[in-house]
Amino acid sequence: MAEIVGGVATSHVPAIGAAIDHGKQAEPYWAPYFEKIEPARAWMAEVDPDVCIVAYNDHASAFSLELIPTFALGVAPEFPPADEGYGPRRVPVVQGHPELAWHLAESLILDEFDITIVNEMPVDHGLTVPLSITCGEPEAWPCKVIPLCVNVIQYPAPTGHRCHELGKAIRRAVQQFDGDERVVVFGTGGMSHQLQGERAGLTNVDFDLAFMDTLIDDPEAQALVPHTEYMREAGSEGIELVMWMIMRGALSPRVKEVYRGHHVPTSNTSNGLLVLENA
Amino acid sequence: MTRAVRDYDDIPGTYVFDGEHSRKGYALNMFCMSLNQQANRDSFSADPEGYLERYALTPEQREAVIARDWLGMLQLGGNIYYTFKLAIVDGLSMQQVGAAMSGVSTEEFTQMMIDGGRPIEGNRHEGDRKEHDHG
Repeated sequence: MAEIVGGVATSHVPAIGAAIDHGKQAEPYWAPYFEKIEPARAWMAEVDPDVCIVAYNDHASAFSLELIPTFALGVAPEFPPADEGYGPRRVPVVQGHPELAWHLAESLILDEFDITIVNEMPVDHGLTVPLSITCGEPEAWPCKVIPLCVNVIQYPAPTGHRCHELGKAIRRAVQQFDGDERVVVFGTGGMSHQLQGERAGLTNVDFDLAFMDTLIDDPEAQALVPHTEYMREAGSEGIELVMWMIMRGALSPRVKEVYRGHHVPTSNTSNGLLVLENA
Repeated sequence: MTRAVRDYDDIPGTYVFDGEHSRKGYALNMFCMSLNQQANRDSFSADPEGYLERYALTPEQREAVIARDWLGMLQLGGNIYYTFKLAIVDGLSMQQVGAAMSGVSTEEFTQMMIDGGRPIEGNRHEGDRKEHDHG
């Protein structure tokens, strides 16, 4: 049976991808951040998962306002990097896992999570930056990836509770898959940041650190936090943190904190990184 | 019919992209979306006014695009992830756009981020800052 061997949560700031792509990691602005991601990279290399299920959001790349799926699961054999206005990132094409992805789709829908099934989908920085953060710059990504795209741009995003429950359903589905895949689940986005309006640049480190604590120790309580609290306390784009709830739900009720990193700023964002294992 | 009051309405300097906002900004955001394609970026750069004819923008939205009024675009239904595509065409960074929207120089905005970002204190509710300023 396939199993979930761990969870990673990370911000997916596009400037991190640009810093990697343009060799700026050693510059004074970026060096302190890149030092903090080393333990997560080492963990990924050691765990060496077969598949990563990555909960992320599309930023008007694959989806626009024409069609807004709340949860969209990529079942394709591969997903090309999207052109977000600069030309596509020169990172490897993401290799999917159609068998497990279709199993997830079937299992989740029959489990009453009415996800959208996607056969063709370019993936933007929301997905490729977390891979760069945890895997560096390989010729090919070291594992297969199942993209789980979550709408957090058009209000309302799915609730934290729904995301947490979806994570639990993913765990059940993976455990029922007839294979020996070792799976890591990613929750990406956040932490506190606001890109828009006169309040642009807002960060709230106290909120972010408390969010990490509660996510780890009492996810059922964190799941009940309403959207307005995220938007008010963590900035309008801080709502992305609901995607961390998917990762947490996919792990056991009790978890071990393997690593925690936090850094301000990466571009306009308070940046967080967590590695968790089932306890 | 008037819009129902939302509990997020009093978050200062924030344009929550809800259904009302999305309806208002549909054409504006879809124009921005089209800039994902290199051919469209080239067409727009070559003839901005002509390119904009393809989209049913209101005169105010059109004016905001031409003037690169980043805050105005949000107020007219724009969403930052969409309007930022226009900023990319102009070669602007998110700090530059953030500075323009919050009315400070790019240097001030970038320094604010390096110093830890805009503080939450005084920025939770409309009127907070006033109470804060007046002690």
